[in-house]
Amino acid sequence: MANAGIGQAVRRREDFRFLTGTGTYTDDIDRPGQVYAHIVRSPHPHAQIRRIDTAAAERASGVLAVFTHDHLAADGVGGLPCGWLVKGKGDKPMVEPPHPVLATGVVRHIGDPVAIVIAATRVQAADAAELVKIDYQMLPVVTSTAEATRPDAPRLHTDAPRNLCYDWELGDKAAVDAAFARAAHTVTLDLVNNRLVANAMEPRAAIGEYDRATGTHTLYTTSQNPHVIRLLMGAFVLHIPEHKLRVVAPDVGGGFGSKIYHYAEEALVTWAAKKVGRPVKWTADRSESFVSDAQGRDHVTSCALALDKDGKFLALRVKTVANMGGYLSTFAPAIPTYLYATLLAGLYATPAIHCEVQAVFTNTVPVDAYRGAGRPEACYLLERLVEKSARQTGIDRAEIRRRNFIPRAAMPYQTPVALQYDSGDFVANMERALKVVDYAGFAARRADSARRGRLRGIGLSTYIEACGIAPSDVAGSLGARAGLYEVAEIRFHPTGSVTVFTGTHQHGQGHETTFAQLVSEKLGIPIENVEIAHGDTAQIPFGMGTYGSRSIAVGGSAIVKAIDKIVAKGKKIAAHILEVAERDIEFKDGKFQVAGTDKAMSMGEVAFAAYVPHNYPLKELEPGLDETAFYDPKNFTFPNGCHICEVEVDRETGVVDIARFIAIDDFGTVINPMIVEGQVHGGLVQGIGQALVENCVYDGASGQLLTGSYNDYCMPRADDVPSFQVETNESAPCTHNPLGVKGCGEAGTIGAGAAVMNAVVDALATVGVTEIDMPATPHNVWRALKNAKT
Amino acid sequence: MKDMRKVSVTVNGKSYAREVETRLLLSDFIRHELELTGTHVGCEHGVCGACTILLEGRTARSCLMLAVQVDGANITTVEGIAPSEKELHPLQQAFMDNHGLQCGYCTPGMLTTLIEFLQDNPDPTEHEVRVAISGNLCRCTGYQGIVDAALDAAKRLQGGKRA
Repeated sequence: MANAGIGQAVRRREDFRFLTGTGTYTDDIDRPGQVYAHIVRSPHPHAQIRRIDTAAAERASGVLAVFTHDHLAADGVGGLPCGWLVKGKGDKPMVEPPHPVLATGVVRHIGDPVAIVIAATRVQAADAAELVKIDYQMLPVVTSTAEATRPDAPRLHTDAPRNLCYDWELGDKAAVDAAFARAAHTVTLDLVNNRLVANAMEPRAAIGEYDRATGTHTLYTTSQNPHVIRLLMGAFVLHIPEHKLRVVAPDVGGGFGSKIYHYAEEALVTWAAKKVGRPVKWTADRSESFVSDAQGRDHVTSCALALDKDGKFLALRVKTVANMGGYLSTFAPAIPTYLYATLLAGLYATPAIHCEVQAVFTNTVPVDAYRGAGRPEACYLLERLVEKSARQTGIDRAEIRRRNFIPRAAMPYQTPVALQYDSGDFVANMERALKVVDYAGFAARRADSARRGRLRGIGLSTYIEACGIAPSDVAGSLGARAGLYEVAEIRFHPTGSVTVFTGTHQHGQGHETTFAQLVSEKLGIPIENVEIAHGDTAQIPFGMGTYGSRSIAVGGSAIVKAIDKIVAKGKKIAAHILEVAERDIEFKDGKFQVAGTDKAMSMGEVAFAAYVPHNYPLKELEPGLDETAFYDPKNFTFPNGCHICEVEVDRETGVVDIARFIAIDDFGTVINPMIVEGQVHGGLVQGIGQALVENCVYDGASGQLLTGSYNDYCMPRADDVPSFQVETNESAPCTHNPLGVKGCGEAGTIGAGAAVMNAVVDALATVGVTEIDMPATPHNVWRALKNAKT
Repeated sequence: MKDMRKVSVTVNGKSYAREVETRLLLSDFIRHELELTGTHVGCEHGVCGACTILLEGRTARSCLMLAVQVDGANITTVEGIAPSEKELHPLQQAFMDNHGLQCGYCTPGMLTTLIEFLQDNPDPTEHEVRVAISGNLCRCTGYQGIVDAALDAAKRLQGGKRA
């Protein structure tokens, strides 16, 4: 037990089932009498549907039914809701066009669902789907973020002139303009933050089931937040009351944001199961994932930094156009606003910041949160701009950061973009990273690379993120249409073991281990006696799920709060049995002890007494030991850190090799260092993937997705990346939650892109290349080198 | 209408006989006919490696084969790697000890790929391991835990043999 508590690298209890092939992912589930759905999707990015003929498909072998929008409309099925209302300049509400479950007359992106075919087998459904005849009238197309608002661009939604969803701003424009007017240096940068595909290795899947005897619907789905799906689908789409709707998210093979949202297929299988009287299963293949999973990033940005003569930052100005895709995905509007502009202070004491964001509709797959979600975009532009400022002013890249960091002594620190940082030692993290990388020795390493004919570059990136989402009242005032607390129920069983029900959901993060460590330590019971349950709305009180690195900070805090209630009740029980006053009982190491004596009861004995209350204060206290707590965070948490990357570039081929990568991260208190390190590694490779290889590309003229498979969309592979040197700094824990934890899931992705690209630019600058956009593929680098030479 | 064929196959030491459509993928046969759902399907175009199995001891992408192609063959899937229901294979144990998995979806393909690789190259370098698994996509781990697990497993598997 001494090896199972907080701070120990406990081996994961999830691993046995995953290593032996005995996990249960959604597609592993088969329900009795199950039939299969195939979704007919638009092959066109923008078209009018003139006619849908399903007759041949309906006659095909094994087909039970073919449904289109008309069938949904006849049953009063609603559209997919958006969970966040952003108000633009002058408090103007965003344009929120309808997002039908099946297209109603117009398709707006490749993959837009048009019909659903249900058949006895998966291949019969796919065969019959080929027979659905749809007469499309092609419409003009816009896929480019930068071109969406041009007057001649085709309009996607009648209520969205210039394809504008909102035109939003944050910060003090007048103060920024004044600072630029008196600046000694002005540094400007135009950037593209490339569109990405989340690509969790498990494709999405869903099974709908209807129990005629009880009138209950069940949905099994690959979701990061089953309660949110139950709420959105039940209340807005299918009008099923929550007590008649159960949503189960079993083992889920990665999410990275893409499995947060309420998708059409979930509503379709749930609805269709009742229509055909059989459980209905749908499993995406990878091609379908590329055109139906919400995608990430896709910003075009102009930004500028004003500095005084000593390199102190005076003001930051940012103008961004953010692509929403064809419709608003569940949380899309919040990503390039409240999770982006609010992070533009970074680690710096920049006194004035102004950010304008235009969100636009285009004929592309909807965009929503992808690992980091807004924060990688903010970090990327800021750190590219800081590195450029260092080059332009001649101040060393580390020194210019040192001069501008918010000192630890200034905490809590109110930024000019709404957030109040509670803790962090930014200087210490950077100094440590510089030491680990041997910053002073870089010149020698560069010379060594040059001797081998290679260009070496070094890049720094510092980041801060707002995690632990979120204080519900703050989120509500910013347009969130839900609360963002978390729930935990600690249920002691009579013989002393415990089941913990958490509203968070794990899809790779190892909560079953981390949370069990926490409960074992706090209650002083063996970790083997603790079971963590999650993912089933029939079992778990209403929780908000897992995203935004919130699980330990919000979900873990809810567990601590429930534990506190257990201990408080346990003290009353122990005081009665031990015949002392409650105030004389101390709880420590799993024992309720009479202070100053050796009289004590174990946690297990107290639990037993609660369920077999023969000697028990029945007049004052209910039997049982089962407590539920909801925790609403007081503030965001602010994980932060410093990443340093060194690259070598091959001048002949343009290939970029990452020679070294160091990450020093402040996640507050660390519960399981092995799991935390794994989260950092995975995050780093997603950030490096964006910087070097990944790019989701639509053809401008045809609107076709050019990167619709793993043959065209490059995923980072084991031989593309090195082993990383990572460390955590636990010296500045979160000040406002009971564990001092900050969250670690997204940090790697947030900091890595800028570190890599700064290193690439540093390498290329030696031969006259000054700027390059992500991804720095061999082709892009080679082209930049060519252009610089001529 | 349907073109059906009989397939007899030994999987993890157990014999199975089924009559299947000729177009049925081996991955779907293993998962849905034999109900061995440990083998995962990540892309159905042979790129991600999640569906990798051992066919006569050599790795094969089960999404790029038809069930009828394995008539009479011996197959090992992830369910057949461990020596017993309670014990793990040294490679599986190394994955657990080195945090070589997170969501677990790519894991079956990583394990089968590395079993073959470590038989062919019992004492690999880090670079050789990275190349060996470069045909298997993992979106969670950043690969470092998997690489560490493979190197650790190599030591464990060699343990008795080395002085």
